[in-house]
Amino acid sequence: MNIYIDKHQNDREIVVLVKGEIDAFTAPKLREELLPLAQGKNQLITVNLKDVSYLDSTGLGVFVGLFKQLKNNDGDLRLIELSDRLKRLFEITGLSNIMNICVNSEGGGR
Amino acid sequence: MNEVMDYIEMKIPAKPDYVGVIRLTLSGVASRMGYTYEEIEDMKIALSEACTNAVQHAYQMDEGGEVIVGFGVYPNKLEMVVADSGKSFDFIQTKNELGPYTESSTVEQLSEGGLGLFLIETLMDEVRVLNHSGVTVFMVKYRSGERDNHDTTIANRETN
Repeated sequence: MNIYIDKHQNDREIVVLVKGEIDAFTAPKLREELLPLAQGKNQLITVNLKDVSYLDSTGLGVFVGLFKQLKNNDGDLRLIELSDRLKRLFEITGLSNIMNICVNSEGGGR
Repeated sequence: MNEVMDYIEMKIPAKPDYVGVIRLTLSGVASRMGYTYEEIEDMKIALSEACTNAVQHAYQMDEGGEVIVGFGVYPNKLEMVVADSGKSFDFIQTKNELGPYTESSTVEQLSEGGLGLFLIETLMDEVRVLNHSGVTVFMVKYRSGERDNHDTTIANRETN
């Protein structure tokens, strides 16, 4: 069980691909990788979650922290390709009303 | 119907490193019992949240120690227990100490969990917290076919 984080910058935004399970063990690593990216003014970050097989409140906390920091610097966060499971988690916690969430067009699933 | 059939217990160091191992065990136990994929994923989150709380509790107290995770397998439900006292405990005795399920001991006592506890309560059918020297969380998930009996089960217990 581990986490893999792949970052690349294009002309407008930083795109981050996260793979693996985000829990109490891996969330600190994810936070360490993501928060420094949110320092710049007007920074846009897109996080692709299609290969995230598990997420709980520790992971939600990382994205909330990232979202707040980006907003403070007039930037924004986009989470894309969420599976049905992940989408449900953002919905029941109310975060889907606050954050920019895009579902996988294939309908997600496992 | 309410007699525990099998009881499985694991003891892990109070470190976040092992929460994933607990999830794997739960997957095995719950799929053997016939839970659906969605139910198992819900239980994995709830159990992880409880373990994370226990690990963080142990860390804040700076006592290291261990977290005990128990799985009570019933014909119609799975009961998961997470205890952060570090000491081994008697499942039946601890369960009986809860007695009739009054609302006096609520999840608020674990409020540092925040979203985590909200998720536990949302994803599980029953949640109870016992606060002694450590914190013990009991979480129950009924099998899909048994959910219709869920309310009466609670009512019966409360009148006992």
